[in-house]
Parts: sequence; C-alpha cells; structure tokens
Amino acid sequence: MSGFGHRLQASMSLKQILQDRRLAEPLLREIEKTAAEISRTVRIMEVCGTHTVAIRRSGIHSLLPENVLLISGPGCPVCVTPTSYIDNALQLLETTDTTVASFGDMLKVPGSDGRNLAGYMGGGRVRIVYSPAELLPIAESSSGSVVFLAIGFETTIPTVAAAFLQARRAGLSNLYLYTAFKTVPPALRALLSSPDRQLDGFLLPGHVSVIIGEQPYRFLEEPGGVAGVIAGFEPLDLLQGILAVLRQIARGEQRVENAYTRAVRAQGNPKAREIMSQVLEPADALWRGFGKIQASGLVLKGDYQEADAALHFCLPPLYNLEPPGCACAQVLQGRLPPTECPLFGSSCTPEAPIGPCMVSSEGTCAASFRYGGAVL
Amino acid sequence: MSTSDRITLEHGSGGALSRQLTEELIYPILKNEAYGELSDATAFEIQGRVFITTDTYVVDPPFFPGGDIGTLGVFGTCNDLAVCGARPRYLTMGLVLEEGFPTSDLKRVLESVRRAADRSRVQVITGDTKVVPSGKGGGIFMNTTGVGEALGNHLLSAKNIKSGDKVLISGPIGSHGLAILAAREGLKIAACLSSDCAALFPLCSALYSLGKDLRFMRDATRGGAAAVLNEAVGGNCECGLEILETAFPVPTAVAAASDLLGLNPMEIANEGVFIAMVAPAAADKAISLLRSFDTGREACQIGAVDSRYPGKVILETAVGGRRILDLPRGLLLPRIC
Repeated sequence: MSGFGHRLQASMSLKQILQDRRLAEPLLREIEKTAAEISRTVRIMEVCGTHTVAIRRSGIHSLLPENVLLISGPGCPVCVTPTSYIDNALQLLETTDTTVASFGDMLKVPGSDGRNLAGYMGGGRVRIVYSPAELLPIAESSSGSVVFLAIGFETTIPTVAAAFLQARRAGLSNLYLYTAFKTVPPALRALLSSPDRQLDGFLLPGHVSVIIGEQPYRFLEEPGGVAGVIAGFEPLDLLQGILAVLRQIARGEQRVENAYTRAVRAQGNPKAREIMSQVLEPADALWRGFGKIQASGLVLKGDYQEADAALHFCLPPLYNLEPPGCACAQVLQGRLPPTECPLFGSSCTPEAPIGPCMVSSEGTCAASFRYGGAVL
Repeated sequence: MSTSDRITLEHGSGGALSRQLTEELIYPILKNEAYGELSDATAFEIQGRVFITTDTYVVDPPFFPGGDIGTLGVFGTCNDLAVCGARPRYLTMGLVLEEGFPTSDLKRVLESVRRAADRSRVQVITGDTKVVPSGKGGGIFMNTTGVGEALGNHLLSAKNIKSGDKVLISGPIGSHGLAILAAREGLKIAACLSSDCAALFPLCSALYSLGKDLRFMRDATRGGAAAVLNEAVGGNCECGLEILETAFPVPTAVAAASDLLGLNPMEIANEGVFIAMVAPAAADKAISLLRSFDTGREACQIGAVDSRYPGKVILETAVGGRRILDLPRGLLLPRIC
C-alpha cells in the first residue's frame, strides 16, 4: 500500500485527484491532531470570494474540528464596492448618453434607492462583458462614450489595463474607466490593525497571488502579524492550506507560505504587474464595510487620466451608507456570520438581494444561503 | 415543392400559401391513420384514465448535435407523460415560424418529428402554424401537447416517498445543456458533446411494473438533477434526501467542460435522464431493469430518502464534506429546450 493507502487510477483527472476523499483523510487527521494541540478556538479568514465559494461548495466546513472556524473576508470585488458607486453609475445613465459596460454581477446590486443597473438592460445602453477583451469591439461600435465599471482585484486589473491600452493603441478615445479597483494587501493590513481583531491566520488568495507573488504579504511576518498561507481552490488545496496555517499557529510562527506552488511563483507575474503600472497608480480607496484604506486602490495615471470617468463626467465622490438593517459591513470584516444578519434569508435573498454580499455569486451571504452552514 | 425557399408572412396568413404549406409540406410528413384528414379538430379514442401535458420548445439553435427542436418537441412531451406512468398516444403540434426561416430547415424539423413520433409510437393528430415578422421570433418555436393513457391505477407522486427509499438516476448527466451551449456559443471544449435527447417511455414502463414499490419519477430537464431532487422533497416536508456527489454518472467531457465554465453538472438540463425513487427492497431490481435498456445502461443509485433532513437535499461532496444542494438560482442557460 502506498502512503495514501490506495492507488490513484491513471484515468483520474487532476480535478478528481484533488477532491479524492482517500487523499483528504490523512490531511484531515493531521488537521484534527494539530487543532487538538492548539486547544483553543482558531479563526482563519479566507480572503478571497472564490475561496469562500469553493469551501462552501465542497463542504469543507463540515469536515473541520469544532475549534477551527473559517471566516469569509472582503475578497469579493462587488461586495466591497460602495453603494454610492452604483448611484453614480445610474446617474451616468440618466444624465448622459454614455453606454455603461460592466461585469454581470454588478448589475443586480441595488443603489441607495433600491434601483439597479439591470433595470436599464434591454435598451442597449448597459452592456454585460464577460472579459475585458470585449471592451474593444464595444467601444469601436459605439458612436458615443463607453464607461466600463472597472472593479476587481489584482486578478482582474491586468486584463482591464491590457484591454484599455489596446483600445488606446487602436485610437479609441471613447472608452472611459470608472475605477474602483482594489488591492488585497492593504485590506489585510486594515484587518490586522483593527483593535478588536479576532484573527489567527489568513488563507491568502491564490489567483491574486499568481499576479503579486509572495513579497507584498511579507508584513504579515512582522510583529502583530499572523500566519498567511497562499492556497489553491480544490478541496485538497484548501485542506493543505488550512493545515499549513494550523501548523504555524501550533508552532507560534507567522510566515508567508505558498501552498499553491503549481500556480503561484514567489515573484508572481512581473509582466502583468508591468501592464498595471503602465496605466495605473495607487490611490486611497473607499471600501464598503471598511471605509477609506490608504493606497488600497488603483486609478488611471498621467495622460490616461483623460479617460477617468469620475473626472471626465465630474461624478460625485464616493461615500458609504448601508441600507437599513443590512449587516454587509460587519460580514465583510468577518465580524458577523451571514446568518446573524436580521435580513438574511428573509427580506434579503439571491433573487431579491439588499446587500452586495447576497448579490455576487462570490458573496459570503449568497454562498451561505446556497450551500448552508457547517453543521448538517 | 412549390412553396418558396423561405417562410414568408403569407405562409401564416390563412390564405393560399398557408394552405399550400400545410398540404404540401407539413401534412405529407406527419400524416398517419389517426390524422386521416385536415379538419379543424381530430377525434380519437382512448381508454381509462387519461394524462395530458403541454410543453413549448424555444431551443436556440434549433439544430444541435444529437437532435433538433423536432426531436425535443416529441421526446420532451412524451417523457413528461412517461414519468407520470402514462403511455404516450397522441400529440398536437403548434409551430411559430419567423419570417425568413428556411423551408428546408422546416422540412428537416418535421422529418425529425415524424421519426421521433414513430419511435415513441405516438401520432401527431392536429396542428397549427403561425408566422411572425422577421426579428420578432427565434426562427422556430414549437408547442406540443401530449395525451397518454395510464399504465395502471397506481399514481406516482413525491408524496409516496418514505424514509429509507432509494434514489436512482437513469443515465449520465449534463450532455444536453452543454451540447446546446457549445453549439450556440461555438465552444470548442464541448464540441464533442451531443444531446442525450431520448424517449424514456420504455424505461419508465419497465419501472412501473414494480407496482407500489415505484414511488415517483421525474425527468431531469431544466435545472437538472438538482432541481428535480429539490422539487421532490419541497412538497414533502417529512422527508429529505441524502445524495452522493460521486455517485452521479458524469461523462468526462461534461466534467471537463463544466469545470471550465464554472457550471455544476447536477444543475445542467438533460433530455434523456430521469430520477426515480423506489422502495429499498426494489432498488436492485429497478437498476437492473433500467440497465437492460441502452439509454439506461449507466443507471445507478445516487442516494436515499432520509427523515433527518425534512425538505432538504443534503449532498455529500467528493471530498466527503456535506452541504445543501439547493435549487439552481439565477439565470442559468436560457433557451435550452
């Protein structure tokens, strides 16, 4: 018998292998052993929305010891975008003749008066894009201006930057970006500096790390930091990441560790970062649930500012104002489980969402609603 | 054929061209002994308890690997009768054609209807054709209403299920939805897939021979297996289901394509797969009955009815975790059938 107690079949795909319960068992035994050694409640935040969904979808919660809690963090770009951003996008549609292009998830997010961008679908002025590459043909075929609702983390930002550059090279000056880009490391800093934080470690986002590498997380190793493990998205990736965090906690360590080496290189993807920095520069950004975080956003720089929709259309500054009763702000900081929000599942559902965490398929509330809690 | 190459508004006007379309194209392909003449209504005889169902087909594109809107229009409606324990006998067919639709394509669809009807041993006994202006329709839409006769007195219903009953699936999931998506969006990753569109009556009728041990059957069309499983316990608050993710037969191409597209095979539409719930003692027999048919050769048990989770479908995932398998939400794949 092999170390795993069974043989893998040659016909199994990587995907199948990475969710094989016979391979998961030894990891789970180690997780249990390590959690028992720690002998207190451990809170691990998965920062990334894709992690949240992957964890819920595979039922990882239900396999963990009672003293290991997974908390969802602010890693869903739609969820951390302030309501006033939607208000401004609606204002663009109402006061100008511009076309608004957006990722689909944004369209259902209610603005402060409950209206959303989806209400304008069908008139040809709101365009859903699945990939930023579609912006070029949209701008080409539009006689007027096109504003892209540019949200996302380091995973998405390079592709938007590349599409934007391509449009400029093609001589298209009618494509504007309404940037609400966010970067992950400053949000982690903000979470760590919170006075009443209850956090023992981070599962660091795999896709974001493909771009930024390990270096930007190094501050986690300084005093006041926590364990940080870059993890992938298949069940065994997640278990391996969780085990690595627990081991660090058990040994009293706080290191940046890469448990997703098949995709993430230590130096990340310099080429993608180069494209980003060609077009964008850091700026303070307003996060829903957190408020303003220094240098946590990216905006168009230099000559490219003429394509900044906020400047060109004189859009009002963003502010945070939550719908009455909506606890998204606390949910995003991992302070409140979705099920404890008074609106969860009653007046706020995926069909009729009030807060963004219920809108986006990667939102913590939507994932919780769909896949249920840990104990079944 | 003297009708023009493409459908025109005049073909739906009720005038000469309408008549020509019906008499020279549609009727010659579909006519049968029960549809002996073109009149406003057709009389037929049927014995005992009668089942009736209707379904409308808007699939885009109308031709796809493994079938077309005509095949779907016959098998889909007949399958709805079959899973209720009825033998499909007669169909009506309403067509909504878009101006400009190629007449040769219409002929192809009608020939598919005829072939599928012959295979299902049903007869099309009345129909109607309307034409809408170019841009106001999707090429071709079809409605079929099916009439069937009860196979026996035992009424199948989710209300019959009891804790301990076994949940079976008749075949591999996900091919239809992905084949349509691939055909529509030109997805190369799923280009090798073809729709599982098939007549389920022979399989359903074999299971019906189990008598009261057969509790309930439903074809897993829109919303896939996830929707059927949830609907089954939605109206039965005393029981829930425990389902094993790894038990589902999922073709390799479906698994690979749905992984890339972020879809869950359990939520993808099928056109030749149904779920059956049977008494525990009858499960093995039911599976061997299903496997005696080509369409059912991969039939297997996917879970059991469980009174611990009233109204819920609990999924044991591949890695061994447990979570709720919810009704599919949001816009999945429009115009899939």
